[in-house]
Amino acid sequence: MSESKRPLPLPTPETKHFWEGTQAGEIRLQRCDDCSKVYFPPRPFCPACASRKVSVFKASGKAKLFSYVIHHRPAPGFTPPYAIAVVELEEGPRMMTNIVNCPQTPEALPLDMALVPHFEKMNDDITLPLFQPAKG
Amino acid sequence: MLKPNEIAVVGAAETTRLGVIPDMSNIQLHADCALNAMADAGLKPSDIDGIACAGESPTNMAHYLGLTPSWVDGTAVGGCSFMIHVRHAAAAISAGLCKTVLITHGESGKSQIGLNRAPPGRSSLMGQFEMPYGVYGPPSMFTIPVLRMMKETGLTEEHLAMVAVIQREWSSQNPRAMMKDLCTVDDVLNSRMIAWPFRLFMCCLVTDGGGALILTSADRAKDMPQKPVYIRGTGESVETPMISQMADFTRSRAFRVAGPTAFAAAGIKHADVDHLMIYDAFAHLPIYGLEDLGFVGRGEAGDFIKERNTAPGGKLPMNTNGGGLSYTHTGMYGMFALQESIRQMRGTAPAQVKGAKISVCHGVGGMFAASGTIVFTNEK
Repeated sequence: MSESKRPLPLPTPETKHFWEGTQAGEIRLQRCDDCSKVYFPPRPFCPACASRKVSVFKASGKAKLFSYVIHHRPAPGFTPPYAIAVVELEEGPRMMTNIVNCPQTPEALPLDMALVPHFEKMNDDITLPLFQPAKG
Repeated sequence: MLKPNEIAVVGAAETTRLGVIPDMSNIQLHADCALNAMADAGLKPSDIDGIACAGESPTNMAHYLGLTPSWVDGTAVGGCSFMIHVRHAAAAISAGLCKTVLITHGESGKSQIGLNRAPPGRSSLMGQFEMPYGVYGPPSMFTIPVLRMMKETGLTEEHLAMVAVIQREWSSQNPRAMMKDLCTVDDVLNSRMIAWPFRLFMCCLVTDGGGALILTSADRAKDMPQKPVYIRGTGESVETPMISQMADFTRSRAFRVAGPTAFAAAGIKHADVDHLMIYDAFAHLPIYGLEDLGFVGRGEAGDFIKERNTAPGGKLPMNTNGGGLSYTHTGMYGMFALQESIRQMRGTAPAQVKGAKISVCHGVGGMFAASGTIVFTNEK
């Protein structure tokens, strides 16, 4: 897939730690210090109990393929067909991503298949957390 | 508290034309159906003291139509905004904040004339955590939960195709429907792939058009020209702007709040419902709607439709205008579902359900982001 025209995120103060994490090869999640809820997307308080006492931690990176479509229409920066996927991280939260290093076919993309991150550097500011099938 | 049947719809109309209308801008589509609805209700702009709309601001519409409102609502949560406007307007009239409310929808969805629509910014949560992965319009997002639904409940591609097939049976009876030719499951499954497992015929149309409603108290409705259609119960909710963050990919939390809230307010059971509209931007929405509103159990909606329960002659006629899949879909289709419920309650629908007394109209906004449900009746 061609990456040049893909829309890229513009981090905010509340999400900066996540995008610094992907540049360091980590998926950084947040956990509530009061109720232990692990959550995503980033925000400086807990969406379960409203506590402002939250910590950033490094997720394991282990994930499974939760659901997806294989998009057959052109989109800026993408050559169809390509899968737009939602993965479920081992820690619980789900995130949208693309599955790379894998044919973009239903046969090659069974639900619940094990995945690991593939960090794709887009420019000096943004590295995207993509995923690929786990080996073995 | 808003009581069942104290507020009525006394004016209802769509734009004069539907489909491709390159000679009208977005705001003129709002105005065209608003003028038609005022004529339908026998009212003038000076009779309207409340305005609600989405896609244009209430300020734009009040100025354009020459209204001086004392109540405004610009709730804009996508295609079910109009169900929520009906709910808010009914409560406002009941509370004495205004007497007669105009609700408008117009959208140049196909011709894209005079649209004021901005894409999500790169700093929004969608811009940061969904847009980089190639989502490009509703067909690439709204459809994402369905493979999970299929794995967990046994829903099949044939079930999805049957939704489209049966709605063509309804639209074939409707002269204003854009797609009127009957189709088969094979036709649907062989139509162009859009976002696997979704083919073209499982996705809504993209059209120009609009619709407007006028609400007032049931007391005032007695002296109006049209048969009143009463608002018996209402519900609303929102969940998340990001499809990836929907809590359960096999259920809509917004549906499961809005629907039961409306049923409870109306004091009805599922067996009381004679006619049903479930906003069908894509073929899976009636499936989620039937299950989340409790018409059938989990995993049963696919077979329920396949067994023709929602088809012409079935026990629960659904999407009788042909729906967003075959009638029209401007972008925020909810207004057209409401218009069909009103026609059915007035007894004027092209595919009229004989003797229908209760119509449930259920809408979605965004990608399972929001929901509004209205229970209408023609009996006070």
